[in-house]
Amino acid sequence: MAPQTGGNVHGVLALDPRELTMAEPAPAAHVRRTSPTSEPRWVQWLLIAAAIGFLLAFLLLPLVLVFAEALRGGIGAFLAAIREPDALAAVRLTLVVTAITVPLNLVFGVAAAWLVAKHEFPGKRILVSLIDLPFAVSPVVAGLVFILVFGAHGWAWPLIDEGVDLSLPLLGQVHVQLPKIVFALPGIVLATVFVTFPFIARELMPLMEQQGSDEELAALSLGAGGWQTFWRVTLPNIRWGLLYGVLLCGARAMGEFGAVSVVSGHIRGRTNTLPLHVEILYNEYAYSAAFAVASLLALSALVTLVLKTWLESRHGESLAAGHRH
Amino acid sequence: MKIDIQNLHKRFGSFAALDDIDLEIRDGELLALLGPSGSGKTTLLRVIAGLEHADGGRILFGGEDASRLSVQERRVGFVFQHYALFRHMTVADNIAFGLKVRRGRERWPAARVAARVEELLSLVQLQGLGGRYPAQLSGGQRQRVALARALAIEPRVLLLDEPFGALDVQVRRDLRGWLRQLHVQTGLTTVFVTHDQEEALELADRVAILNGGRIEQLATPAEAYDRPASPVVYSFVGAVNRLRGRRHGDQVEVGGLVLPPPGGRLPEGAANELDIYVRPEDLRLGEGGWDAVVVDAQRSGPRLRVRARLQGGQGEEVEVELPVDAQQAHPPGSRVGLVPVRYGAFAGG
Amino acid sequence: MSTVTNPLTPPAGGVAVSGRRRRVMPGFGLSLGYTVAWLSLIVLIPLAGVFVYSSKLGWSGLWAIWSEPRVLAALKISFGTALAAAAFNAVMGTLVAWVLVRYRFPGRRLFDAMIDLPFALPTAVAGIALTALYGGNGWIGRWLEAAGIKVAYTPLGITVALVFIGLPFVVRVVQPVLAETEGELEEAAATLGAGRWHTVWKVVLPAVWPAVLAGFALAFARGVGEYGSVIFIAGNIPMVSEIAPLLITIKLEEFDYAGATAIALAMLLLSFALLLVINTLQSRLAGRRGGK
Repeated sequence: MAPQTGGNVHGVLALDPRELTMAEPAPAAHVRRTSPTSEPRWVQWLLIAAAIGFLLAFLLLPLVLVFAEALRGGIGAFLAAIREPDALAAVRLTLVVTAITVPLNLVFGVAAAWLVAKHEFPGKRILVSLIDLPFAVSPVVAGLVFILVFGAHGWAWPLIDEGVDLSLPLLGQVHVQLPKIVFALPGIVLATVFVTFPFIARELMPLMEQQGSDEELAALSLGAGGWQTFWRVTLPNIRWGLLYGVLLCGARAMGEFGAVSVVSGHIRGRTNTLPLHVEILYNEYAYSAAFAVASLLALSALVTLVLKTWLESRHGESLAAGHRH
Repeated sequence: MKIDIQNLHKRFGSFAALDDIDLEIRDGELLALLGPSGSGKTTLLRVIAGLEHADGGRILFGGEDASRLSVQERRVGFVFQHYALFRHMTVADNIAFGLKVRRGRERWPAARVAARVEELLSLVQLQGLGGRYPAQLSGGQRQRVALARALAIEPRVLLLDEPFGALDVQVRRDLRGWLRQLHVQTGLTTVFVTHDQEEALELADRVAILNGGRIEQLATPAEAYDRPASPVVYSFVGAVNRLRGRRHGDQVEVGGLVLPPPGGRLPEGAANELDIYVRPEDLRLGEGGWDAVVVDAQRSGPRLRVRARLQGGQGEEVEVELPVDAQQAHPPGSRVGLVPVRYGAFAGG
Repeated sequence: MSTVTNPLTPPAGGVAVSGRRRRVMPGFGLSLGYTVAWLSLIVLIPLAGVFVYSSKLGWSGLWAIWSEPRVLAALKISFGTALAAAAFNAVMGTLVAWVLVRYRFPGRRLFDAMIDLPFALPTAVAGIALTALYGGNGWIGRWLEAAGIKVAYTPLGITVALVFIGLPFVVRVVQPVLAETEGELEEAAATLGAGRWHTVWKVVLPAVWPAVLAGFALAFARGVGEYGSVIFIAGNIPMVSEIAPLLITIKLEEFDYAGATAIALAMLLLSFALLLVINTLQSRLAGRRGGK
């Protein structure tokens, strides 16, 4: 541990205010072996070559290929494919869906993490497992689920088709009718929210548990109210974890394919997100255009990766354990 | 402000953390809650603060029932064991926190808050460090920031949870004296929890020794040391030898030696068996006491620790603490006479 | 971590003992209500719809659909390829993790960052890229076809896509475990006379195999439901390379809701079983490592 108060021989009230200040001790570096308990050099290089070869073949080359194919027809063709109205509509839709999905899951993630990390109650483990459910569900099934509810034969269909008349106490007769959900924006948003549901919660829960409740209790003892404590004490402590979760959630939301494919109806220019647009172009053999649009997504994926790596290296200690390499 | 604790109970599951606690804390006193882990001392402190709620009983702050008040409303200054400083705020912001979260009429203008922060930084001798972050401070400095933060809100009582537990020995000693000074200056009723008996005895006006959720003894440090009320207190406060003895008329017989009863009174109860407690420093070399054979003699700083086996009684091994005397050697095997000048007796079992 | 002295003191969430539960930490009711409500609305109620619908079919109805040849084939292909890909990833992923953790070489940090690419890249993009790469004219595909190995439009192609998808699961789970294995254990084995291979096989790998297993299960679960990255390279030939999720979409387009739901139910049940296995493995993993 860091040595404490500078030595003083005059006792009590002469504690030196300019004593050494100490930063937090650095986390112990992992031991790397290049010693007698190590493989022979040639084995090491063989393994490295095998690993790199594998990664190149399966990870790097596909990525490179996307950009290569996108630019195959030249810059002109590339820009034309991107500026095409249906492509632009797809970009817009993807961004809109993401802009709605991420804040919704953000609020949920924060609420769920607060609940789980700062309180004890029976059934906590079950709740956490339930929150993980969307991870276990195939995206296509996720889409199917909403078709079963809001589709033409779904059990919520009457609410959409004709609506329902309710007499409410203060407002009198009210006609409640849901907008079209399947094959429209709300359905796409719902499916995307479903699929990205656990991301932010799973980032924040272990982080907040790690951080404990002492600072919040200290704030309470100093007279702060619940919301004050949350805004001033909790939120600043979790901001990097939040950013990380938002990043992952956003990346997944933009790229979601299976669930949206089922729910959207593939209406060109209206309900096609970017990934769906890529599929349409590809199926029409417009390969260059397909890859051009795909390269936009690939670019955003790279940006995500860069930000993610930056967050992990720069603010690793403010993220849940397991994100520090 | 004085604090009255009446019939406090608290259980965690089947474990009784607090078992019928009655305690009266005087206005302006510095009280130590001393005890081993699991004795309930921290739980008691947290219940006083409102960080936990008791299952039964009352707490009165200056005569008013505080049990209904939330922790925010109680205006207690609580210093956590690991300080719980707000890691993303500067020292100055930490200290000002309690003042900045006030609302409405209670709210202080910014200038007044800043002045108070400066005042407290001076008080805890951290002038000029207001702009630092907790991670840039040493343990002792963080401790003082936590204290300043708690004092900023002008609390009615100051509660400290193992304030010096995480610090080095030398720092601990320095801060102890400093805390005493602070207490004299502020005159605040202060309660602190510790498992370090030396700390409790040195600092406090009174000490409450807890064990198993109950208060074993509430007394001044001197009394707790000289006249422990129970075997638990004896064992916890200072080192002690434990021997078997029995009643001998209206006196006590231990290992063949007949002694006058401690404090002039025999322990209550009809049992013949007694547990006898003698501190190592209360044994002198001389005649008229027990015969013993030295097992081992070790220097320990300024004292000599001698372990000797009694020849009478149950043949127990006792520890004797003597001032270092160059002339006298006590090799293993040599015979010594041990005379107890003070001891305690409790109903045996 | 809770830093209260008494290890038996729970965090200040409060414990209901004799009906009198007073919580010190605020926001319990609000966060519980909101969490449960939102969870039910988005996840639980929609998912329940599948079970409700399936119950209308009854076990006999479900069984009839499950035993249709095309359905059986699709399920077999989905699970079979996912299994193969996950197994392959278990081996290669461990190798990659080992190399990244233990060795230093130029570009190591870059490769380490790239591992997460399948997480970040949209599945459709991965799908068309892999198809272009391994198809008849692709950079790799042409070499393989010359050697007689056809990747596109076969289950092999599906497996390749699933290897891409599942790789990060294994690597990211094994990496931290590998990083934490104490070098001293290996030194002890060396002083006792064990050769390097022996040490790795008997000391290091046993320590990481729960993590490998967990990664395998995660990759498997993910691979079973994968859609976007597979449908391009698979060719989607019924009975040969048609995966279960695709069959669901086909049935939906034909308005065969019953068929689609039945297949979805089969996948859900198997996935939940897998999730259970994964969770048990992961908690055992934490326990073995001393509750880190």
